[in-house]
Amino acid sequence: MDYVIEMLNITKDFPGIRANDDVTLQVKKGEIHALLGENGAGKSTLMSILFGLYKPNKGQIKVNGKEVNIDNPHVANDLGIGMVHQHFKLVENFTVTENIILGDEPKKSFGRVDIEKARKRVKETSEKYGLSVDPDSKIEDISVGMQQRVEISKMLYRDAEILIFDEPTAVLTPQEIDDLMNIMRTFAKEGKSIILITHKLKEIKAVADTCTVLRRGKMIGSVNVADVTEKDLAEMMVGREVFFQVDKPERKQGKKIVEIKKLNVKDNRGLMAVNNLSLDIHAGEILGLAGIDGNGQTELIEALSGLRKIDSGSIALNDEDISNRSIRKITEAGVGHIPQDRHKYGLVLDFRLDENLVLQTYYKEPNSVRGILKHDEITKKAQQIIDEFDVRSGQGAMTVARSMSGGNQQKAIIGREIDRSPDFLIAAQPTRGLDVGAIEYIHSRLVAEREKERAILMISLELDEILNISDRIAVIYEGEIVGILDPKKTDEKEIGLMMSGSKRVGVANE
Amino acid sequence: MSKIKKLLLDETKYKITVPIIAILLSFLIGTIVMLLTGINPLGAFKALARTMTGINFDKLFTDKMFNARYVGEFLTTALPITLTGLSVAFAFRTGLFNIGAEGQLLVGAMAATVTSIMLDLPAIIHLPIVILSAALAGALWGFVPGILKAKYNVHEVVVTIMMNYTALHMTNYLLKKLPGSSLIKTVKSNPSGTLQSDFIASITNNSRLHWGIIVVGLSILVFWYIIEKTSFGFELRSVGFNPDASKYAGMKVTRNVMFSMMIAGAFAGLAGAMLSIGTFDYGRILVGFENYGFDGIAVALLGGNVAIGVLLSGLLFGGLKSAQPLMQANGVPLEIAKIISSLIVLFVAMKYGFEMWLRTYAKKQEEEGK
Ligand SMILES: Nc1ncnc2c1ncn2[C@@H]1O[C@H](COP(=O)(O)OP(=O)(O)OP(=O)(O)O)[C@@H](O)[C@H]1O
Ligand SMILES: [Mg+2]
Repeated sequence: MDYVIEMLNITKDFPGIRANDDVTLQVKKGEIHALLGENGAGKSTLMSILFGLYKPNKGQIKVNGKEVNIDNPHVANDLGIGMVHQHFKLVENFTVTENIILGDEPKKSFGRVDIEKARKRVKETSEKYGLSVDPDSKIEDISVGMQQRVEISKMLYRDAEILIFDEPTAVLTPQEIDDLMNIMRTFAKEGKSIILITHKLKEIKAVADTCTVLRRGKMIGSVNVADVTEKDLAEMMVGREVFFQVDKPERKQGKKIVEIKKLNVKDNRGLMAVNNLSLDIHAGEILGLAGIDGNGQTELIEALSGLRKIDSGSIALNDEDISNRSIRKITEAGVGHIPQDRHKYGLVLDFRLDENLVLQTYYKEPNSVRGILKHDEITKKAQQIIDEFDVRSGQGAMTVARSMSGGNQQKAIIGREIDRSPDFLIAAQPTRGLDVGAIEYIHSRLVAEREKERAILMISLELDEILNISDRIAVIYEGEIVGILDPKKTDEKEIGLMMSGSKRVGVANE
Repeated sequence: MSKIKKLLLDETKYKITVPIIAILLSFLIGTIVMLLTGINPLGAFKALARTMTGINFDKLFTDKMFNARYVGEFLTTALPITLTGLSVAFAFRTGLFNIGAEGQLLVGAMAATVTSIMLDLPAIIHLPIVILSAALAGALWGFVPGILKAKYNVHEVVVTIMMNYTALHMTNYLLKKLPGSSLIKTVKSNPSGTLQSDFIASITNNSRLHWGIIVVGLSILVFWYIIEKTSFGFELRSVGFNPDASKYAGMKVTRNVMFSMMIAGAFAGLAGAMLSIGTFDYGRILVGFENYGFDGIAVALLGGNVAIGVLLSGLLFGGLKSAQPLMQANGVPLEIAKIISSLIVLFVAMKYGFEMWLRTYAKKQEEEGK
């Protein structure tokens, strides 16, 4: 057989959990091989083994038919294996070129780094594959999508022939996803082999040739993508039927919970990112906010949750002005926030899961009494959220958040915020990185909050999701609301036009 | 043997195994250095053992076998560096690097001397006032970098280094101004306002050990309690790990930074009292730093910034420090003790290297096992 990669009967144990249990993965040359599985199924672990980050307890790895021992990422590099991790590994205040050559610097005399030579090569590969990375920008100044291309360039710079992508599309906008798919196809045509981890079945159908499915560490099977439907894949992975549509009873708009009036907010560079924005959110509704990334969504959310000062205008919650109040006051007034960036804001990665689950309530009874932590109560609360939201990890409430799988970290944050059942819940890309089963559950919980007369603002880059669960859709463009739509009377095309600023509905033109 | 192996391979225990390996390795290298330079290493070990236990291994089973004074002196040395260790560790748990323990110690020492000399009260009120004033002075010295960091984001390392020099010159100046001070020291402190104890001296064969041992014991408990048991400690740890998430969760990050520096300062201030009204009974005018602050950094580093760790590593560094005269008497240059202390710091600082090494070792064991 002409497999480039064979991982045979791999088993890997972590404290309290068997992350991979006798898993076999075989990748052919020039194919795009998808790896599918629930959150915590062991996908990232399997790939980390292939990349030399973990050593399996059992099993064998063959590259081009030869058995190899991949001790560390250097060995993987030498074998032509490259990886783009679920959470990028870039040095923020280094330039693109510096990041790409890090650990493999071209040298001139006296061991000096030949940055010019490196720059040239980075530029060449970028042009060849249409990556359009600027070799001289600093990482902290470029978008997430661009950072990902830097990670891709890093693999290409090291002449990788086997490219591993761990959930590359979770952080991308729909347009960027299309571009990435095309880039991957080009690679495959050139004979490079790709392993793609993604939770989005659509993407698997679009680019992958083969798909291997994992469930709770075990391999369920490997299928030819052309022979199966998205529904088949979902069932293979979850082990039951999955409903992509949520049941959402009709209901009348309740009273006004949130009133945003003439809001202006500046971004980090001091430019106006939210422009004179007015918006009401009512009890018992999910308001979906659609927009192309970078049109003021982030600044709006941060202003609503108190993370960012507002420039002018007002935000009222239950008829009480909460603009520019402290974050604690806003939280206590009844605002919950599922943040976009889970590692920056959502979690203290070095805290245990139970500590993370009381991050806003640790000081309140019963978690604390007169300033003294009640560990038993905290663990009890944590356990309840863990059970309800099916947060999977090695050591339950005692697991250090850093060691949890990406999707389970996300489930923990969502669980924490929904469990507090705030009057106003801001959900920024809540289902990013979740498997279809988990998405189904989270959607149903959001709908349940709506039944409890809560107001929910959901920001998503995915129009499917917006159309699927919103009661109303607000479209944001350059920091302004350019239209409010009824999801039953609109479609992706109309929203798309509005997102790009070519159409306005129901709001006055300037 | 296999039990030790198991312990070595347990990743969750690296916090304990790595410092122990660092210590053992340092002693091993120290021994090799002595052997290479023709010094009998036994002399060094005997000196250290005698310092820390009071037992003279050359005179076992004679009436000269045990001398409690050594233990007393050893503890006396360990007290201030354990407290500066707590100081550095406390700040570190909030993500701050307190290089200023030295200066905080100096103002604490001065405050204790001043209140001890100037006030005349019954011991039961006097002593607590003296100790409290040392803690407060240290806290004040920590407040300055704390507030500068909190309000203007000035880096605490820069400010605390400057504050160290300010403290040195200011305390020297003020101590000299006290009535009756000479060029090198102040007058004796009031007996009601010192930690010195005839009782402890009597049971430790006239060592300089003093009631400060109780202050240190309580400080360790307070450190542990605040950090692990209170919601305030929860916030401090959270801010130390991830200031952004702490802000998101509604914690007042800047306020916590300030409090943390003040509490760290208070611990160092108490360390000052250990010296000025404990080891000595007068205020000393210093020609330069005595590096208790830097010792504190080493103690905190080896102790992993947790209360019990700081206690144990404070004892070890205290032992190495106070064993130096005995080593010299045994024909071992006192630099040997310094070499070993420095190696410990070096190896602990290299803990990631050790962890990697342990992991590789673990893998090998596994492969051989199957
Ligand atoms: N370094 C680690 N230490 C301890 N446990 C770990 C570690 N890495 C992963 N695990 C555990 O192994 C299991 C599999 O994790 P992995 O990250 O491979 O999942 P995944 O399939 O990538 O999930 P997701 O879709 O959520 O990213 C999880 O239960 C996780 O808690
Ligand atoms: Mg993963």
